[in-house]
Amino acid sequence: MIPAAFDYYRPNDLDGVISLLQEHGDDARVIAGGHSLIPLMKLRMAEVPHLIDLQSIEELTGIENGARIRIGAMTTQADIIDNASLASSAPILKEASLQIADPQVRYMGTVGGNVANGDPGNDMPGLMQCLDATFILRGPNGGREVKARDFYHAAYMTEREDDEVMVAVTFDAPKGGYAYEKQKRKIGDYATAAAAVIISKDGSKCKEASIAMTNLSDTPVFCGAASDCLIGTSVSAEDIKNAVNSMIDAIDPAEDNRGPVEFKKHAAAVVLSRAIERAWQRA
Amino acid sequence: MSGKMQIKLKVNGEDHEFSAEPRELLVHALRERLNLTGSHVGCETGHCGVCTVTLNGKSIKSCTMFVAQADGAELTTVEGMGSPDNLHVLQEAFREHHGLQCGYCTPGMIMRAAKLLEEIPNPTEEQVRFGMAGNLCRCTGYQNIVKSIMAAASEMNSAKEAAQ
Ligand SMILES: Cc1cc2nc3c(=O)[nH]c(=O)nc-3n(C[C@H](O)[C@H](O)[C@H](O)COP(=O)(O)OP(=O)(O)OC[C@H]3O[C@@H](n4cnc5c(N)ncnc54)[C@H](O)[C@@H]3O)c2cc1C
Ligand code: FES
Ligand code: FES
Repeated sequence: MIPAAFDYYRPNDLDGVISLLQEHGDDARVIAGGHSLIPLMKLRMAEVPHLIDLQSIEELTGIENGARIRIGAMTTQADIIDNASLASSAPILKEASLQIADPQVRYMGTVGGNVANGDPGNDMPGLMQCLDATFILRGPNGGREVKARDFYHAAYMTEREDDEVMVAVTFDAPKGGYAYEKQKRKIGDYATAAAAVIISKDGSKCKEASIAMTNLSDTPVFCGAASDCLIGTSVSAEDIKNAVNSMIDAIDPAEDNRGPVEFKKHAAAVVLSRAIERAWQRA
Repeated sequence: MSGKMQIKLKVNGEDHEFSAEPRELLVHALRERLNLTGSHVGCETGHCGVCTVTLNGKSIKSCTMFVAQADGAELTTVEGMGSPDNLHVLQEAFREHHGLQCGYCTPGMIMRAAKLLEEIPNPTEEQVRFGMAGNLCRCTGYQNIVKSIMAAASEMNSAKEAAQ
Protein backbone atom coordinates (compact mmCIF):
# COMPACT_ATOMS: atom_id res chain seq x y z
CA MET A 1 0.00 0.00 0.00
CA ILE A 2 2.31 2.69 -1.29
CA PRO A 3 0.76 6.01 -2.28
CA ALA A 4 1.67 7.92 -5.43
CA ALA A 5 4.79 10.08 -5.15
CA PHE A 6 4.52 13.64 -3.90
CA ASP A 7 6.58 16.69 -3.03
CA TYR A 8 6.59 17.48 0.66
CA TYR A 9 6.54 20.92 2.25
CA ARG A 10 6.63 21.97 5.90
CA PRO A 11 6.07 25.74 6.00
CA ASN A 12 6.44 27.68 9.25
CA ASP A 13 3.50 30.03 8.87
CA LEU A 14 0.00 30.20 7.43
CA ASP A 15 0.98 32.59 4.63
CA GLY A 16 3.44 29.95 3.45
CA VAL A 17 0.66 27.33 3.41
CA ILE A 18 -1.78 29.56 1.56
CA SER A 19 0.72 30.58 -1.11
CA LEU A 20 1.56 26.91 -1.76
CA LEU A 21 -2.17 26.12 -2.00
CA GLN A 22 -2.61 28.95 -4.49
CA GLU A 23 0.41 27.95 -6.53
CA HIS A 24 -0.59 24.29 -6.89
CA GLY A 25 -4.39 24.53 -6.82
CA ASP A 26 -6.10 21.15 -6.97
CA ASP A 27 -2.75 19.35 -6.87
CA ALA A 28 -2.01 20.46 -3.32
CA ARG A 29 -3.50 19.43 0.01
CA VAL A 30 -2.63 20.05 3.62
CA ILE A 31 -1.91 17.19 6.00
CA ALA A 32 -2.59 17.49 9.74
CA GLY A 33 -2.49 14.16 11.63
CA GLY A 34 -2.83 12.26 8.38
CA HIS A 35 -5.06 9.59 9.90
CA SER A 36 -7.82 10.16 7.37
CA LEU A 37 -5.69 11.37 4.47
CA ILE A 38 -2.88 8.78 4.54
CA PRO A 39 -5.25 5.79 4.36
CA LEU A 40 -6.94 7.42 1.33
CA MET A 41 -3.57 8.11 -0.31
CA LYS A 42 -2.45 4.52 0.29
CA LEU A 43 -5.59 3.25 -1.41
CA ARG A 44 -4.92 5.81 -4.16
CA MET A 45 -8.37 7.22 -3.60
CA ALA A 46 -6.58 10.53 -3.08
CA GLU A 47 -3.62 11.61 -5.16
CA VAL A 48 -1.76 14.60 -3.78
CA PRO A 49 1.24 15.71 -5.84
CA HIS A 50 2.02 18.48 -3.34
CA LEU A 51 1.59 17.66 0.33
CA ILE A 52 1.77 20.54 2.81
CA ASP A 53 2.41 19.53 6.41
CA LEU A 54 0.83 21.81 9.05
CA GLN A 55 2.86 20.48 12.00
CA SER A 56 5.13 23.54 12.40
CA ILE A 57 2.47 26.23 12.32
CA GLU A 58 2.17 27.87 15.70
CA GLU A 59 -1.01 29.79 14.77
CA LEU A 60 -2.95 26.54 14.50
CA THR A 61 -2.19 25.30 18.01
CA GLY A 62 -3.53 26.07 21.46
CA ILE A 63 -6.71 25.88 23.48
CA GLU A 64 -8.17 29.11 24.85
CA ASN A 65 -10.71 28.57 27.58
CA GLY A 66 -13.30 31.04 28.87
CA ALA A 67 -16.87 32.07 28.13
CA ARG A 68 -15.91 31.68 24.46
CA ILE A 69 -13.72 28.64 23.81
CA ARG A 70 -11.25 28.51 20.91
CA ILE A 71 -9.47 25.35 19.85
CA GLY A 72 -6.67 25.57 17.29
CA ALA A 73 -7.04 23.29 14.27
CA MET A 74 -3.90 21.27 15.09
CA THR A 75 -5.12 20.35 18.58
CA THR A 76 -5.22 16.56 18.79
CA GLN A 77 -7.89 14.43 20.38
CA ALA A 78 -5.27 13.48 23.01
CA ASP A 79 -4.66 17.20 23.75
CA ILE A 80 -8.40 17.64 24.34
CA ILE A 81 -8.60 14.64 26.67
CA ASP A 82 -5.58 15.86 28.66
CA ASN A 83 -6.77 19.46 29.04
CA ALA A 84 -8.26 19.60 32.54
CA SER A 85 -9.74 23.10 32.24
CA LEU A 86 -11.47 22.20 28.96
CA ALA A 87 -12.74 19.01 30.54
CA SER A 88 -14.49 21.11 33.18
CA SER A 89 -15.80 23.90 30.92
CA ALA A 90 -16.88 21.71 27.97
CA PRO A 91 -16.82 18.09 29.15
CA ILE A 92 -18.70 16.83 26.09
CA LEU A 93 -15.49 17.27 24.07
CA LYS A 94 -13.58 14.85 26.26
CA GLU A 95 -16.48 12.40 26.37
CA ALA A 96 -16.65 12.39 22.55
CA SER A 97 -12.87 12.31 22.02
CA LEU A 98 -12.53 9.22 24.19
CA GLN A 99 -14.92 7.46 21.82
CA ILE A 100 -12.83 8.26 18.73
CA ALA A 101 -10.53 5.49 17.53
CA ASP A 102 -7.79 4.32 19.93
CA PRO A 103 -4.96 5.92 21.93
CA GLN A 104 -2.39 5.94 19.12
CA VAL A 105 -4.84 7.45 16.62
CA ARG A 106 -5.94 10.06 19.19
CA TYR A 107 -2.31 11.19 19.56
CA MET A 108 -2.33 12.10 15.85
CA GLY A 109 -5.90 12.97 14.81
CA THR A 110 -6.64 16.71 14.98
CA VAL A 111 -9.80 18.75 15.46
CA GLY A 112 -9.11 20.67 12.24
CA GLY A 113 -8.64 17.50 10.21
CA ASN A 114 -11.68 15.88 11.74
CA VAL A 115 -14.01 18.79 10.95
CA ALA A 116 -12.45 19.71 7.57
CA ASN A 117 -12.38 16.15 6.25
CA GLY A 118 -16.11 15.98 5.43
CA ASP A 119 -16.39 12.23 6.08
CA PRO A 120 -19.87 11.62 7.54
CA GLY A 121 -18.26 9.07 9.89
CA ASN A 122 -16.19 11.68 11.72
CA ASP A 123 -17.49 12.44 15.21
CA MET A 124 -16.43 16.09 15.64
CA PRO A 125 -18.66 17.66 12.96
CA GLY A 126 -21.90 16.56 14.66
CA LEU A 127 -20.46 17.58 18.00
CA MET A 128 -19.61 21.03 16.62
CA GLN A 129 -23.14 21.41 15.24
CA CYS A 130 -24.54 20.50 18.64
CA LEU A 131 -22.32 23.17 20.22
CA ASP A 132 -23.33 25.65 17.48
CA ALA A 133 -19.62 26.18 16.84
CA THR A 134 -18.09 28.55 14.31
CA PHE A 135 -15.20 27.50 12.07
CA ILE A 136 -12.51 30.08 11.38
CA LEU A 137 -11.01 29.78 7.89
CA ARG A 138 -8.12 31.65 6.33
CA GLY A 139 -7.54 32.02 2.61
CA PRO A 140 -5.75 34.30 0.15
CA ASN A 141 -8.30 37.06 0.82
CA GLY A 142 -8.07 36.87 4.59
CA GLY A 143 -10.20 35.20 7.20
CA ARG A 144 -13.87 34.30 7.36
CA GLU A 145 -16.18 32.49 9.71
CA VAL A 146 -18.65 29.73 8.86
CA LYS A 147 -21.17 28.13 11.20
CA ALA A 148 -20.67 24.39 11.68
CA ARG A 149 -24.38 24.04 10.92
CA ASP A 150 -23.83 25.58 7.45
CA PHE A 151 -20.49 23.95 6.63
CA TYR A 152 -21.38 20.49 5.32
CA HIS A 153 -22.96 20.05 1.87
CA ALA A 154 -22.42 16.34 1.10
CA ALA A 155 -19.82 13.65 1.79
CA TYR A 156 -16.40 15.29 1.41
CA MET A 157 -18.09 18.46 0.08
CA THR A 158 -17.85 21.37 2.45
CA GLU A 159 -18.04 25.14 2.44
CA ARG A 160 -14.22 25.35 2.58
CA GLU A 161 -12.50 26.46 -0.64
CA ASP A 162 -9.46 24.50 -1.82
CA ASP A 163 -7.11 27.35 -0.94
CA GLU A 164 -8.51 27.90 2.56
CA VAL A 165 -7.09 26.54 5.79
CA MET A 166 -9.14 25.70 8.87
CA VAL A 167 -7.54 27.80 11.63
CA ALA A 168 -9.68 27.10 14.68
CA VAL A 169 -13.12 26.21 15.98
CA THR A 170 -14.87 28.48 18.50
CA PHE A 171 -18.02 28.11 20.56
CA ASP A 172 -19.65 29.39 23.75
CA ALA A 173 -18.91 27.27 26.80
CA PRO A 174 -21.95 24.98 26.90
CA LYS A 175 -24.36 25.24 29.83
CA GLY A 176 -26.23 22.43 31.51
CA GLY A 177 -26.04 18.70 30.91
CA TYR A 178 -24.37 16.94 28.01
CA ALA A 179 -23.84 13.51 26.50
CA TYR A 180 -22.04 11.99 23.54
CA GLU A 181 -23.41 8.51 22.90
CA LYS A 182 -21.95 6.34 20.15
CA GLN A 183 -22.80 2.88 18.92
CA LYS A 184 -19.93 1.17 17.07
CA ARG A 185 -19.04 -2.38 16.15
CA LYS A 186 -15.70 -2.29 17.94
CA ILE A 187 -13.07 0.14 19.22
CA GLY A 188 -11.49 1.92 16.26
CA ASP A 189 -14.68 1.80 14.23
CA TYR A 190 -16.70 4.73 13.01
CA ALA A 191 -20.20 5.15 14.41
CA THR A 192 -23.12 3.00 13.37
CA ALA A 193 -25.01 5.87 14.98
CA ALA A 194 -23.97 8.62 17.38
CA ALA A 195 -25.78 11.43 19.17
CA ALA A 196 -24.51 14.67 20.70
CA VAL A 197 -26.90 16.29 23.17
CA ILE A 198 -26.74 19.41 25.33
CA ILE A 199 -29.64 20.37 27.61
CA SER A 200 -30.05 23.19 30.09
CA LYS A 201 -32.65 23.37 32.82
CA ASP A 202 -34.85 26.09 34.28
CA GLY A 203 -36.35 24.73 37.49
CA SER A 204 -37.74 21.36 36.51
CA LYS A 205 -38.24 22.25 32.84
CA CYS A 206 -35.92 22.04 29.89
CA LYS A 207 -34.78 25.53 28.91
CA GLU A 208 -32.58 24.88 25.90
CA ALA A 209 -31.72 21.73 24.00
CA SER A 210 -29.43 20.93 21.10
CA ILE A 211 -29.23 17.61 19.27
CA ALA A 212 -26.96 16.51 16.39
CA MET A 213 -26.47 13.05 14.89
CA THR A 214 -23.42 11.41 13.26
CA ASN A 215 -23.07 8.95 10.35
CA LEU A 216 -26.78 8.82 9.63
CA SER A 217 -26.72 10.83 6.42
CA ASP A 218 -24.03 12.08 4.02
CA THR A 219 -23.50 15.01 6.38
CA PRO A 220 -23.88 15.45 10.13
CA VAL A 221 -27.51 16.18 11.00
CA PHE A 222 -28.41 19.03 13.35
CA CYS A 223 -31.95 18.24 14.53
CA GLY A 224 -33.56 21.60 15.31
CA ALA A 225 -37.11 20.24 15.39
CA ALA A 226 -36.13 17.37 17.68
CA SER A 227 -34.40 19.84 20.01
CA ASP A 228 -37.57 21.95 20.07
CA CYS A 229 -39.58 18.87 21.14
CA LEU A 230 -37.76 18.98 24.48
CA ILE A 231 -37.84 22.71 25.23
CA GLY A 232 -40.33 23.66 27.94
CA THR A 233 -41.02 20.00 28.81
CA SER A 234 -40.00 18.01 31.86
CA VAL A 235 -38.18 15.55 29.53
CA SER A 236 -40.47 12.65 30.32
CA ALA A 237 -40.30 9.33 28.48
CA GLU A 238 -43.04 10.68 26.21
CA ASP A 239 -41.09 13.88 25.44
CA ILE A 240 -37.98 11.84 24.64
CA LYS A 241 -40.01 9.66 22.30
CA ASN A 242 -41.28 12.76 20.49
CA ALA A 243 -37.74 14.07 20.07
CA VAL A 244 -36.56 10.67 18.82
CA ASN A 245 -39.37 10.45 16.27
CA SER A 246 -38.57 13.91 15.02
CA MET A 247 -34.87 12.96 14.70
CA ILE A 248 -35.78 9.85 12.69
CA ASP A 249 -37.55 12.10 10.16
CA ALA A 250 -34.43 14.25 9.83
CA ILE A 251 -31.83 11.52 9.21
CA ASP A 252 -31.28 9.63 5.97
CA PRO A 253 -29.03 6.63 6.63
CA ALA A 254 -27.78 4.39 3.81
CA GLU A 255 -27.34 0.63 3.93
CA ASP A 256 -23.70 -0.45 4.22
CA ASN A 257 -21.53 -2.94 6.13
CA ARG A 258 -22.78 -1.46 9.41
CA GLY A 259 -26.30 -2.62 8.60
CA PRO A 260 -29.52 -1.97 6.72
CA VAL A 261 -31.47 1.29 6.95
CA GLU A 262 -34.01 -0.02 9.49
CA PHE A 263 -31.26 -1.18 11.83
CA LYS A 264 -29.51 2.16 11.63
CA LYS A 265 -32.72 3.98 12.48
CA HIS A 266 -33.15 1.65 15.42
CA ALA A 267 -29.56 2.31 16.58
CA ALA A 268 -30.10 6.06 16.11
CA ALA A 269 -33.21 5.95 18.30
CA VAL A 270 -31.38 4.02 21.02
CA VAL A 271 -28.32 6.30 21.13
CA LEU A 272 -30.43 9.45 21.13
CA SER A 273 -32.71 8.25 23.95
CA ARG A 274 -29.69 7.32 26.04
CA ALA A 275 -27.96 10.61 25.29
CA ILE A 276 -31.02 12.68 26.23
CA GLU A 277 -31.48 10.73 29.46
CA ARG A 278 -27.86 11.14 30.45
CA ALA A 279 -27.72 14.82 29.51
CA TRP A 280 -30.92 15.52 31.44
CA GLN A 281 -29.57 13.76 34.54
CA ARG A 282 -26.48 15.94 34.34
CA ALA A 283 -28.41 19.18 33.64
CA MET B 1 8.56 13.62 -10.63
CA SER B 2 9.06 14.11 -6.91
CA GLY B 3 12.59 13.45 -5.78
CA LYS B 4 14.11 12.30 -2.58
CA MET B 5 14.65 14.36 0.52
CA GLN B 6 17.21 14.27 3.27
CA ILE B 7 15.73 12.78 6.47
CA LYS B 8 17.14 13.04 9.99
CA LEU B 9 15.86 10.79 12.76
CA LYS B 10 17.10 10.16 16.27
CA VAL B 11 16.19 6.57 17.08
CA ASN B 12 16.91 4.99 20.46
CA GLY B 13 19.41 7.77 21.13
CA GLU B 14 21.30 7.35 17.87
CA ASP B 15 21.30 9.91 15.04
CA HIS B 16 20.54 8.71 11.54
CA GLU B 17 20.53 10.57 8.27
CA PHE B 18 19.47 9.17 4.92
CA SER B 19 17.79 10.18 1.72
CA ALA B 20 14.31 8.84 0.97
CA GLU B 21 11.18 9.58 -0.97
CA PRO B 22 8.80 11.52 1.27
CA ARG B 23 6.05 8.94 0.67
CA GLU B 24 8.04 6.13 2.30
CA LEU B 25 6.21 4.94 5.41
CA LEU B 26 8.04 5.44 8.68
CA VAL B 27 7.75 1.74 9.55
CA HIS B 28 9.49 0.78 6.30
CA ALA B 29 12.28 3.27 6.92
CA LEU B 30 12.83 1.84 10.40
CA ARG B 31 12.81 -1.75 9.22
CA GLU B 32 14.56 -1.55 5.89
CA ARG B 33 16.98 1.38 6.23
CA LEU B 34 17.86 1.23 9.90
CA ASN B 35 17.45 -2.54 10.17
CA LEU B 36 15.21 -2.12 13.23
CA THR B 37 12.88 -4.99 12.39
CA GLY B 38 11.24 -5.15 15.82
CA SER B 39 8.44 -2.84 14.66
CA HIS B 40 6.22 -5.14 12.63
CA VAL B 41 3.77 -4.57 9.80
CA GLY B 42 0.37 -6.20 10.21
CA CYS B 43 -2.68 -4.47 8.80
CA GLU B 44 -0.86 -1.42 7.40
CA THR B 45 -4.10 0.50 7.91
CA GLY B 46 -3.72 1.87 11.42
CA HIS B 47 -5.84 -0.76 13.14
CA CYS B 48 -3.65 -3.48 14.64
CA GLY B 49 -0.90 -1.54 16.43
CA VAL B 50 2.03 -3.93 15.76
CA CYS B 51 3.96 -0.98 14.27
CA THR B 52 3.59 1.16 17.43
CA VAL B 53 6.63 3.29 18.33
CA THR B 54 7.13 6.37 20.51
CA LEU B 55 7.66 9.56 18.51
CA ASN B 56 8.36 12.83 20.35
CA GLY B 57 6.70 11.37 23.44
CA LYS B 58 3.55 10.03 21.75
CA SER B 59 2.57 6.44 20.96
CA ILE B 60 1.95 6.36 17.23
CA LYS B 61 1.38 3.80 14.51
CA SER B 62 4.40 4.02 12.23
CA CYS B 63 2.50 2.53 9.27
CA THR B 64 0.32 5.63 9.17
CA MET B 65 3.07 8.25 8.99
CA PHE B 66 5.22 9.26 6.07
CA VAL B 67 8.93 9.35 6.80
CA ALA B 68 8.87 13.03 5.74
CA GLN B 69 6.51 13.87 8.61
CA ALA B 70 8.95 12.26 11.06
CA ASP B 71 11.94 14.27 9.79
CA GLY B 72 13.67 15.80 12.83
CA ALA B 73 11.83 13.58 15.34
CA GLU B 74 13.07 11.52 18.26
CA LEU B 75 11.88 7.94 18.36
CA THR B 76 12.00 4.92 20.60
CA THR B 77 11.40 1.49 19.11
CA VAL B 78 11.25 -1.85 20.88
CA GLU B 79 15.00 -2.23 20.25
CA GLY B 80 15.47 0.71 22.63
CA MET B 81 13.62 -0.99 25.47
CA GLY B 82 15.88 -3.83 26.56
CA SER B 83 18.24 -6.47 25.25
CA PRO B 84 18.01 -10.28 25.40
CA ASP B 85 20.21 -10.43 28.50
CA ASN B 86 18.85 -7.28 30.05
CA LEU B 87 15.11 -7.26 29.48
CA HIS B 88 12.95 -4.23 30.23
CA VAL B 89 10.56 -4.74 33.15
CA LEU B 90 7.65 -5.01 30.70
CA GLN B 91 9.45 -7.57 28.56
CA GLU B 92 10.30 -9.61 31.64
CA ALA B 93 6.67 -9.42 32.78
CA PHE B 94 5.38 -10.58 29.38
CA ARG B 95 7.76 -13.55 29.56
CA GLU B 96 6.87 -14.38 33.14
CA HIS B 97 3.09 -14.13 32.66
CA HIS B 98 2.84 -15.63 29.17
CA GLY B 99 1.82 -12.30 27.65
CA LEU B 100 2.75 -13.66 24.23
CA GLN B 101 2.32 -16.73 22.12
CA CYS B 102 3.47 -16.22 18.50
CA GLY B 103 4.98 -12.85 19.48
CA TYR B 104 3.93 -10.95 16.39
CA CYS B 105 1.98 -8.32 18.31
CA THR B 106 4.46 -8.12 21.19
CA PRO B 107 6.73 -5.25 20.06
CA GLY B 108 3.68 -3.04 19.58
CA MET B 109 2.22 -4.20 22.89
CA ILE B 110 5.46 -3.40 24.73
CA MET B 111 5.77 0.04 23.15
CA ARG B 112 2.16 1.02 23.81
CA ALA B 113 2.23 -0.42 27.34
CA ALA B 114 5.40 1.53 28.15
CA LYS B 115 3.71 4.78 27.18
CA LEU B 116 0.48 3.80 28.93
CA LEU B 117 2.38 3.30 32.20
CA GLU B 118 3.84 6.79 31.80
CA GLU B 119 0.36 8.20 31.27
CA ILE B 120 -1.14 6.20 34.15
CA PRO B 121 1.54 4.73 36.42
CA ASN B 122 -0.94 2.85 38.55
CA PRO B 123 -3.71 1.72 36.21
CA THR B 124 -6.76 -0.38 36.94
CA GLU B 125 -7.35 -3.44 34.78
CA GLU B 126 -10.06 -1.50 32.94
CA GLN B 127 -7.66 1.36 32.22
CA VAL B 128 -5.14 -1.12 30.85
CA ARG B 129 -7.73 -2.62 28.53
CA PHE B 130 -8.90 0.81 27.34
CA GLY B 131 -5.35 2.09 26.98
CA MET B 132 -4.31 -0.97 24.94
CA ALA B 133 -7.40 -0.90 22.71
CA GLY B 134 -5.35 0.08 19.64
CA ASN B 135 -3.31 -3.14 19.76
CA LEU B 136 -4.72 -6.41 18.48
CA CYS B 137 -3.53 -9.89 19.42
CA ARG B 138 -4.74 -12.95 17.56
CA CYS B 139 -3.30 -15.52 20.00
CA THR B 140 -3.51 -14.79 23.69
CA GLY B 141 -7.08 -13.63 24.21
CA TYR B 142 -5.55 -10.60 25.97
CA GLN B 143 -5.96 -11.94 29.52
CA ASN B 144 -2.24 -12.59 29.99
CA ILE B 145 -1.26 -9.37 28.27
CA VAL B 146 -3.32 -7.43 30.82
CA LYS B 147 -1.80 -9.51 33.62
CA SER B 148 1.71 -8.81 32.35
CA ILE B 149 1.12 -5.06 32.20
CA MET B 150 -0.45 -4.99 35.68
CA ALA B 151 2.55 -6.95 37.01
CA ALA B 152 5.03 -4.62 35.30
CA ALA B 153 3.20 -1.60 36.76
CA SER B 154 3.46 -2.87 40.31
CA GLU B 155 7.10 -3.87 39.75
CA MET B 156 7.91 -0.38 38.45
CA ASN B 157 6.01 1.29 41.29
CA SER B 158 7.76 -0.70 43.99
CA ALA B 159 11.14 0.03 42.36
CA LYS B 160 10.21 3.73 42.47
CA GLU B 161 9.18 3.51 46.13
CA ALA B 162 12.37 1.69 47.04
CA ALA B 163 14.39 4.44 45.36
CA GLN B 164 12.70 7.16 47.44
C1 LIG C 1 -8.10 3.23 12.83
C2 LIG C 1 -8.75 4.58 12.78
C3 LIG C 1 -9.96 4.77 13.43
C4 LIG C 1 -10.60 6.00 13.41
N1 LIG C 1 -11.79 6.15 14.07
C5 LIG C 1 -12.40 7.36 14.07
C6 LIG C 1 -13.63 7.58 14.74
O1 LIG C 1 -14.20 6.66 15.35
N2 LIG C 1 -14.20 8.81 14.70
C7 LIG C 1 -13.61 9.85 14.03
O2 LIG C 1 -14.15 10.94 14.05
N3 LIG C 1 -12.45 9.68 13.39
C8 LIG C 1 -11.83 8.48 13.39
N4 LIG C 1 -10.65 8.32 12.75
C9 LIG C 1 -10.11 9.47 12.02
C10 LIG C 1 -9.20 10.30 12.89
O3 LIG C 1 -9.88 10.86 13.98
C11 LIG C 1 -8.60 11.34 11.98
O4 LIG C 1 -7.40 11.64 12.49
C12 LIG C 1 -9.39 12.61 11.74
O5 LIG C 1 -10.60 12.34 11.14
C13 LIG C 1 -8.72 13.56 10.78
O6 LIG C 1 -7.78 14.25 11.44
P1 LIG C 1 -6.30 14.31 10.91
O7 LIG C 1 -5.62 15.36 11.68
O8 LIG C 1 -5.71 12.97 10.92
O9 LIG C 1 -6.53 14.84 9.40
P2 LIG C 1 -5.78 14.50 8.05
O10 LIG C 1 -5.93 13.08 7.70
O11 LIG C 1 -4.42 15.07 8.05
O12 LIG C 1 -6.68 15.38 7.06
C14 LIG C 1 -8.02 15.01 6.73
C15 LIG C 1 -8.54 15.96 5.65
O13 LIG C 1 -8.73 17.27 6.16
C16 LIG C 1 -7.89 18.20 5.52
N5 LIG C 1 -7.35 19.08 6.57
C17 LIG C 1 -6.69 18.68 7.70
N6 LIG C 1 -6.40 19.76 8.47
C18 LIG C 1 -6.87 20.83 7.80
C19 LIG C 1 -6.86 22.23 8.08
N7 LIG C 1 -6.34 22.73 9.22
N8 LIG C 1 -7.43 23.05 7.18
C20 LIG C 1 -7.99 22.57 6.03
N9 LIG C 1 -8.02 21.27 5.73
C21 LIG C 1 -7.48 20.41 6.60
C22 LIG C 1 -6.83 17.39 4.79
O14 LIG C 1 -6.36 18.04 3.64
C23 LIG C 1 -7.58 16.12 4.46
O15 LIG C 1 -8.33 16.29 3.31
C24 LIG C 1 -9.99 7.09 12.73
C25 LIG C 1 -8.77 6.91 12.07
C26 LIG C 1 -8.15 5.67 12.09
C27 LIG C 1 -6.84 5.50 11.36
S1 FES D 1 0.58 -2.23 10.81
FE1 FES D 1 0.35 -0.29 11.68
S2 FES D 1 -1.49 -0.44 12.76
FE2 FES D 1 -1.36 -2.37 11.77
S1 FES E 1 0.94 -13.33 20.51
FE1 FES E 1 0.37 -13.85 18.50
S2 FES E 1 -0.67 -12.06 17.86
FE2 FES E 1 -0.32 -11.67 19.93
